[in-house]
Formats: sequence, C-alpha cells, structure tokens
Amino acid sequence: MDSLIALIWQILMIPVGFFVGGAQERRHLRSLDQREGALSYLTVNNLKRVTDPNSVRQSAMVVGQVVIATDYYKSFVTSLRNLVGGEMKSAQSLLLRARREARLRMLEEAIKIGAQEVWNVRFGFSNIAQMRGRQGAMQVELLAYGTAVVRQ
Amino acid sequence: MFVVNTEMVPGRQITEMLGLVQGNTIRAKHVGRDIAASLKNLVGGELKGYTELLTEARREALDRMIAQAEQLGADAVVNVRFTTSSVAGGAAELYAYGTAVRLDHDTTTEPTHG
Repeated sequence: MDSLIALIWQILMIPVGFFVGGAQERRHLRSLDQREGALSYLTVNNLKRVTDPNSVRQSAMVVGQVVIATDYYKSFVTSLRNLVGGEMKSAQSLLLRARREARLRMLEEAIKIGAQEVWNVRFGFSNIAQMRGRQGAMQVELLAYGTAVVRQ
Repeated sequence: MFVVNTEMVPGRQITEMLGLVQGNTIRAKHVGRDIAASLKNLVGGELKGYTELLTEARREALDRMIAQAEQLGADAVVNVRFTTSSVAGGAAELYAYGTAVRLDHDTTTEPTHG
C-alpha cells in the first residue's frame, strides 16, 4: 500500500517537476548568463603558479558552493535513461548549471576584495544524501575554490 | 594569516615548512531544514538551507585549520584543499587541509584573512 501511494505521488509530481522545475531552470540560466557577462573581465584559470608574483598586493582563497537536487521529472527521465544507457541530458544540464553557479559565487567573493584574477581554480563534487525510494534522484553539493589575486 | 590554494603565496618567499594542518567538522542537517528541503525537492533546484549549512560548516573547518596553523606559528597556509563526504544518516563531513609555512618579512603583500 505504501509503495502504491509512493508510486502515485511520484507520477503526480512528474508534471510539477516538468513545468515548475523547467521554468526555474530557464530563469536560472538567464540569471547565470547575465552575471557571467558582468564578471567576464576577471581572469580565471587553474594554473598553480601565479605569474609575475612581485606585482601581487593581496591574495586570498575564495570559495563558492551550492547544493542542488533533481526534481521528480528529471529523476524520472534519469531512471528511464538508466534502462537504455546513453547521455543523460537532464542530469547533465543540472550539474552544469550548479557548477556555473558555484563558480559565479566564488568570483563574486573575489571581486569583494577587489581581485582581477583567480588562480588555481578547483571544482569539488559530493553526493550528500541518497534519497530513499526515488530512482535516479540525486542531492549533490558542488564546490569551486581558487586563489584571488589583487595586483598593484 | 594568508590562506591560498596555490603552491606558494604570490609575491612572498617561503622560508620554512611547518607541515600539514587540517580542520574538519561533521554536520547533521536538522529536522526543520530537512522538511524544507524535502518540499523543495518536489521542484528541484537549489536547496538553500543545505547550501547555508555547508557554507557555515566549511568556514568552521577552515577556522580550525587556521587555528592549528597559528599554533605552529605559521604566516600562511598554502595549497589548501577541500573534501566533503557523506557519513551515515544524512550527515556530511567537511574537511580542509593545507601546508602551514613561514614567510620572509616582506610587507608589500598584505594578507586578507584575520
């Protein structure tokens, strides 16, 4: 009985995920494009060694992170995809979006100290919770960090 | 105290290596946040409550790492790395580690961390 209720619930929630989650995704993508455009003057790289170190006035680590989850529609599509294999576009767009968000948060922290460059950027990923009874659902944390540099 | 994730502090010379310093914390999400998150789960997207929780926890882990470095008399922590792992029952461990070093006495480059 319990599993029947869970099944009906999941089926009911799939359109909610599709419409509400989809609208949210489009809104988020617009906001990402806008904010990334505004910060495009920053030099961001993943090189370990800062060139021309003598002109550096200030350096500090900056971090950005975000925790995201899939909606019912995405997890449904993902679990279907698991049957046939291939590229998981729905999960992929979610992860990419979250990573961009984490990177942006890091950059926003960097401009707070007046940095023009962020060096040695690393990305982290961790699965923070497994959701019971939901195939293909994920709840993950994405992390971006690097060293912000202010030149003289 | 300089905290950077590059191999050296730009503009400064490392004079002494003091060894690895680390900080960790394990946080469990509380019930209120869990309910809010599970509601949010219906439509997907960002779980702000968890983001805040983990940001707070990471700061804590970093602070512990910095405290350890201060105890060693370090001027900076270089090559800092983070890891997160989920431990049993919806708790997450945040771990920060780096190398504590002493620097030469050049005052043209200022640290930004307290």
